Amino acid sequence: MEQGILNLETLWFVLIGVLWIGFFFLEGFDFGVGILLPFIGKDDTDRRVMINTIGPTWDANEVWLLTAGGAMFAAFPEWYATMFSGFYLAFFVLLVALIVRGVAFEYRSKNPTSEWRTMWDSAIFIGSAVPAFLFGVAFGNLVRGMEIDAAGEYVGGFWALLNPYSLAMGVASFVLFTLHGALFLSMKAKGDVYERAVAIAKPLSIAATAVMAITMIWSYVQADGGAIPGLLPVAAIVLLGVVVWLVYSKLFAWAFVFTGLTIVTTVAAIFIGMYPNVMTSTIDPAYSLTVFNASSTTMTLRIMSVVALIFVPIVLAYQSWSYWVFRKRVGREDVTSSVY
Amino acid sequence: MEDLALLLARWQFGIVTVYHWLFVPITLGITWMVAIMETSWVRTRNPVYLRMTKFWGKLMLINFAIGVVTGIVQEFQFGMNWSTYSRFVGDIFGAPLAIEALLAFFIESTFLGLWIFGWKKLSPKVHVFTIWMVAFGTMASAFWILVAGSWMQYPVGYVLNPATGRAEMANFLEIITSKMLWAQFPHTIFVGFATAGSVMLGVSAWHLMRKQHVEVMRKSAAFASVALLVGSLGVAMTGHWLGQVMVEVQPMKMAAAEALWEDEEPAAFSLFAVGDKENNRNAINVAIPAGLSLLSCNNLDCEVRGINSLQAEMVEDHGPGDYIPNLFVTYWGFRLMVGSGTLMLIIGALGVLFHIRGTLPKRRWFLVAALWIGIAAGFLGNAMGWIFTEMGRQPWVVYEVLLTRGTNSPTVAAGWVWISLIGFSVLYGLLAIPAVYLFVKFAKAGPGEETSNEDVAASMVY
Repeated sequence: MEQGILNLETLWFVLIGVLWIGFFFLEGFDFGVGILLPFIGKDDTDRRVMINTIGPTWDANEVWLLTAGGAMFAAFPEWYATMFSGFYLAFFVLLVALIVRGVAFEYRSKNPTSEWRTMWDSAIFIGSAVPAFLFGVAFGNLVRGMEIDAAGEYVGGFWALLNPYSLAMGVASFVLFTLHGALFLSMKAKGDVYERAVAIAKPLSIAATAVMAITMIWSYVQADGGAIPGLLPVAAIVLLGVVVWLVYSKLFAWAFVFTGLTIVTTVAAIFIGMYPNVMTSTIDPAYSLTVFNASSTTMTLRIMSVVALIFVPIVLAYQSWSYWVFRKRVGREDVTSSVY
Repeated sequence: MEDLALLLARWQFGIVTVYHWLFVPITLGITWMVAIMETSWVRTRNPVYLRMTKFWGKLMLINFAIGVVTGIVQEFQFGMNWSTYSRFVGDIFGAPLAIEALLAFFIESTFLGLWIFGWKKLSPKVHVFTIWMVAFGTMASAFWILVAGSWMQYPVGYVLNPATGRAEMANFLEIITSKMLWAQFPHTIFVGFATAGSVMLGVSAWHLMRKQHVEVMRKSAAFASVALLVGSLGVAMTGHWLGQVMVEVQPMKMAAAEALWEDEEPAAFSLFAVGDKENNRNAINVAIPAGLSLLSCNNLDCEVRGINSLQAEMVEDHGPGDYIPNLFVTYWGFRLMVGSGTLMLIIGALGVLFHIRGTLPKRRWFLVAALWIGIAAGFLGNAMGWIFTEMGRQPWVVYEVLLTRGTNSPTVAAGWVWISLIGFSVLYGLLAIPAVYLFVKFAKAGPGEETSNEDVAASMVY
């Protein structure tokens, strides 16, 4: 049945795309800062500067993930059930990473010994690096299609998830988030941390452009010309090219905006490419889960729409306010005090 | 082996949920306590309140961190371990989870960030507003997760769609006004106050025994005693009410909690029983005559249904099967829950009494009891309450609608569940070490000498 795009199912597909975009845009730089922690943070004070640039806001950034997951459950239970059980071991690793990272932020500076802090700094690095990679792998599999059977269950096993294309997507998201984090630090840190962040942004921007160019071109091949639409992936590569130019012109805040736009464009490309599928079956296209056969009832979607319409703008307003409150750069003098 | 995967998935749910629930009740109550303390500081400018705010605020944060990160697992595991369940209930169950994230998690996380890092950047009035928002957010979170949870206990406002083979929402209003929800929600909120009160009273008692930080700790002990008393009274009253709802909509759970095999009129309240499941009776039972009738319907002579007749009725309604929950767990879980609550009530009442008389810091035996018995009762009562209500629902996952058996993910092999079960258990066990270490360390260190919001700022950043 031809459904058109003016329906609640499509609206919720778009909204979930927006939630993932928000998550990757915001938590992307948190991951990047965590990945750069051992490289840019030469001493304990530097590392504290870095952590405090994201300190007030990282947790709310992560809530975008929880909201995206909750929205998938509410609006597309079949999608949620198939994807979360299908990515079982990968999501287990992801959860472990997110858990140790979240605790590490809160705990690492509450005890002065260097063993304690080194331990939690490792947790922050691993807890940032692993999700930055795994989210790319997960979305790579969504683009590529998975072995979904007639019952809508993923039957491909764990190792099939680690196919070359998805791993390349993982590398791409890892490098892109790292760059995004370096550019975030260029806006939010001062002193040595700032200097090192802008220095590392140069090679990172080139690397990110190269990796993204490879994976985006691969996407065209992988998707048989169907799954990734038109020019959006090309736009993502061009945007990253602009980032390189901006970084070398020392326009770092603009470069941050453009890595952000790259993330927006890439995730949008993935979602538009999948539509109307949410889980593409490689066994038989007829087995694919679509926004129509995986969705909740109209009543649930209506209720959720009303809630989203009222509360998303409110959330955006106070979350923006918190970024405004913490707009100043963080320097060594801000973190030299005792923790008691 | 399909059933092994099911069993492991159930153990995993039990472990990660009970663990999560050790931290969350403290959060539910302590955010309110800290908000009240900071409000007192802003209004009176008495630095004692500021020191209390900072001291308890730090402990709040140490506790909050574990509650937050273990909460992520809660949301993911329905899809990971229980995909069949998720497909069946998603139309109803997903919405409150999504709304919880949108309405509660964003508020909690954003405003907690503002509270931790905003001591210098926000005016004192705006700053105190942020902790009130956190407190409100925790409450909203409890509400929406209980919308989902209470629906599993007492499914209302849905229809079974034979075409899709799933439960679908018919009336959202009915779901969010369910009597089970409105008994569980206040019960949970009062539990939060009581648990936070017991922990705070215990920590205050530790300092008072050593006659240190007396000014801050005397006030804190008073705060905590009131929270503990009001909380436990509320828990008892809402628990009584919840029990009556249970008798009405889940009579089997109440019969199991009481090891009541036969219908009784009037029904006795069992104090100690040894079951004999082979013969569907108790080998030993010490009971208060008419006690259960009193609890169930506020009079001494109503009939309360027993396990045997309820089992027969369920077989009639749902086909052959064993519909009796694990009696050992429900019977003793219920008693340990009620017993812990009673201990907390007594400690809270004594705390308030001794505070009014001004003798609280001198009653060493009471301080020892508050520290060791009060805190232990708080944790035990919470764990048992949760285990009782969830195990008492078995063998159903959605009461009298969907059996737990067969709702785990069909494509997730037992080996995978082993990995995540062991992985999460080990991780959670390990995380308890730094959490307890830091909590004890900061609890023992005591409050500082702050006199202004700026003084607090430096010690709060990461």
